[in-house]
Amino acid sequence: MSNTTPALSAAELLRWAWRQLTSMRTALMLLLLLAIAAVPGSVVPQEAINASALANWQDAHPKLTPIYDKIGLFHVYSSVWFGAVYVLLMISLVGCILPRCAVYWRALKLPPPATPKHLSRLPEHAKFSVEASTDEVLARAKAALKSYRIAQFDNSLGAQRGHLREAGNLVFHLSILIVLGGFAFGSLFGFKGGVVVVTGDGFSNAITQYDDFAPGPMFKPTDLEPFNFKLQKFNVEFITKGRSFGAARNFWADLAIVDKPGATPRVERLAVNHPLSVGSTDIFLIGHGYAPHITVRDGNGDIAYSGPSVFLPEGTDFRSFGVVKVPDAKPTQLGFEGEFYPTYAFTPERGAFTVFPDALDPAMSLLSYQGDLGLDDGRPQSVYVLDKSAMKPILKADGKPARLDLHPNDTVKLPDGLGTVTFDGLSRFVKLQISRTPGNWVALLGTIIGLIGLMGSLFVRPRRVWVRVQPDAETGHTLVEVGGLDRSSVSDLATEVDRIADALGREHT
Amino acid sequence: MSKLAFESLSQQAVVGAGVLYFLAFLAQLAGRRVAQPAADGPSVLANLGVTMLPMAALVHLGALVTRGLAAEPVRVPWGNMYEFTLTATFAVVATYLATMRRWSLRWMAPWVTGFAIVVLMADSLWLYEGVTPLRDALQSPWLVIHVVAAIIATGAFVLGGMASGLYLLKERWPDRFTKVPTLEVLDQLAYRMHAFGFPVWTFAALITGPIWAHQAWGSAWNWDPKEVWAFVTWVGYAAYLHARATAGWKGSRAAVVALVALATLIFNFVGINFFFGSGSMHSYAQGLVEHLVLRSPV
Ligand code: HEM
Repeated sequence: MSNTTPALSAAELLRWAWRQLTSMRTALMLLLLLAIAAVPGSVVPQEAINASALANWQDAHPKLTPIYDKIGLFHVYSSVWFGAVYVLLMISLVGCILPRCAVYWRALKLPPPATPKHLSRLPEHAKFSVEASTDEVLARAKAALKSYRIAQFDNSLGAQRGHLREAGNLVFHLSILIVLGGFAFGSLFGFKGGVVVVTGDGFSNAITQYDDFAPGPMFKPTDLEPFNFKLQKFNVEFITKGRSFGAARNFWADLAIVDKPGATPRVERLAVNHPLSVGSTDIFLIGHGYAPHITVRDGNGDIAYSGPSVFLPEGTDFRSFGVVKVPDAKPTQLGFEGEFYPTYAFTPERGAFTVFPDALDPAMSLLSYQGDLGLDDGRPQSVYVLDKSAMKPILKADGKPARLDLHPNDTVKLPDGLGTVTFDGLSRFVKLQISRTPGNWVALLGTIIGLIGLMGSLFVRPRRVWVRVQPDAETGHTLVEVGGLDRSSVSDLATEVDRIADALGREHT
Repeated sequence: MSKLAFESLSQQAVVGAGVLYFLAFLAQLAGRRVAQPAADGPSVLANLGVTMLPMAALVHLGALVTRGLAAEPVRVPWGNMYEFTLTATFAVVATYLATMRRWSLRWMAPWVTGFAIVVLMADSLWLYEGVTPLRDALQSPWLVIHVVAAIIATGAFVLGGMASGLYLLKERWPDRFTKVPTLEVLDQLAYRMHAFGFPVWTFAALITGPIWAHQAWGSAWNWDPKEVWAFVTWVGYAAYLHARATAGWKGSRAAVVALVALATLIFNFVGINFFFGSGSMHSYAQGLVEHLVLRSPV
């Protein structure tokens, strides 16, 4: 080992690493890397985005699932490696931009630099002789360079303009931090909840009322604003003719909102693209469907269950799937699952299906189970899933499962005197998203500031021009030199230098 | 006039525009071959080729307007892929025409015209769809602003990509591409187009897009495949702008980055709908397919 080359000291190493990280080349690499890192999240289903698609995918790829899971491919945008790329990019950004801000600040106060000795070496240059005196030429130059900042030297002028380009560039890069800060603030302090509300029912803004609730790490339950509302009406129209047959149009919901306890209700219309705000909480209409009213009488003839049950649509035709759990039924608990068809049709080949998404001829087809619903052991259960592990199908006398086909006002008897099921009527439900994202306006402001900065960065043309005059002893004329230097990528420097030369009295031969 | 009449009028206008583009293209090509007149001005034929272009674009615009009129209710002509492509092609031609004089782009006419012909043909053959009404989620002024901006940016990026592509071709085969200006001019043109397109794309993808998504779906940014690829495109073009300012990446490497960014843009435009289909409509709540109902494949 030779010890003639001194090892890098820790400080030097750090400085070297910092310089590497904040170099333009690194920024470029990190940008390319960020673009590549974002792609897998569009190819592999993401847990936070489409949990059901993810479940299907995982069922279909049992071998890949554990591997993908390990490297975070199911939550790309919160994975370590994605985070690493953008955190590095942000560090690089700060390390690059802050020093440039300082440089810019100092440069702002400096006058235009002294005139170079050899103007002819500049990218654009003109040399000519005019009859006017040196003073007069310099006066003309000042007039011609009105939009520049000018410094006068002995026999020359220095002028520069376009310092807003760098300002715009700095503002743009800094605004990226503002936008990210705004989003981060929103996800730290905000929340996002989902709730299904059946028409006629109400909702009051408390965590227990939500079906799903995702608070940010810094969210406090006391941040929930104390409003409540009642879903008075939901309206949807389906197109009944033409190519878009069956597509939904014009859906809206009327909510009677009570802003805080004791306030008088105000009725507001909620529609797609028209969210409602209560204080700083936003309410969005994100889905709808059917909630058939079902009454179950048990073996004793007592009403064990009665009310609307939410059936989740399975496609644009609104064939819907739902579950009814009847824990109070005697002698044994009952459970039902099956499908709802808004406009019922049946063919031997296809079985039951719906021909139209509106409720023109609604019908249900349910399978029935008896046994233990599994509700008592304290494990949380989805209301949309029947846990059949301790239940068995209720069978008819011929040993086949008892399938209940019901139209409104139908009542069907269960075998073995287990009870009856009645389809009483139909309501609709809406799926609402209720959320608060306090930093959104900061992010929006950041993007707007950033856009303005970006325009400055791209379209302002920084430029320096010098004019030197020399009396020509022989002719008594003045020898004029104009030189220009352009620091932007696209330039019309030549035309600008021409313009100035002409303004100084250059004559074309 | 009935809706159906408007629809077939629109189809005829597309054919008409295609024919006019083709005639313009022939005239432009012929104009290049025919010996130049003594002065260095372009030949009569080349002139004709360039003056026919606005006419073709006008008929093209007519196809868009009648397409919108054919919908019930009347709407903007971007309800599906066919209409998007029709509009984006128009944006390319319109951007070209708007900048032709200022940036001395007459030489580019055959490239732009050829592009318009090929894309219009592919659009009519493979992407044709009937007129359908806009879904509710699409009926928002923000959508109009968002899409207009995205389409304008696309027009500029396509032209910028042409310049970058020609840069690479000319660099490789300097003798073959004699009708194309110098590398320096091509590079400047590419930068100008991209520098124009980038803020417009920023506005479309990162400002109006999130505003619209917030209103329609309750969340400004969802990392849905369309959004992912819009973001990838944005980062890609930022990388291009950085590449031009980085020693060793100026010139051809920057041009390659620009073309890769353009590929992500086109993939987002066409590929997502084919490869991901309904996967691009995500659902917020387990099992609920409300987004099949509310969300659109835009
Ligand atoms: C999200 C990340 C970033 C984005 C979207 C972005 C975007 C841009 C854009 C659009 C320009 C204008 C280019 C032009 O004038 O043609 C630019 C310039 C610049 N960027 Fe970034 N940038 C990012 C990160 C960074 C980082 C991390 C650094 C520092 C290492 C950096 C340093 C610079 C510099 C020095 C310029 C000026 C180049 C010049 O004018 O010569 N940027 N950036």
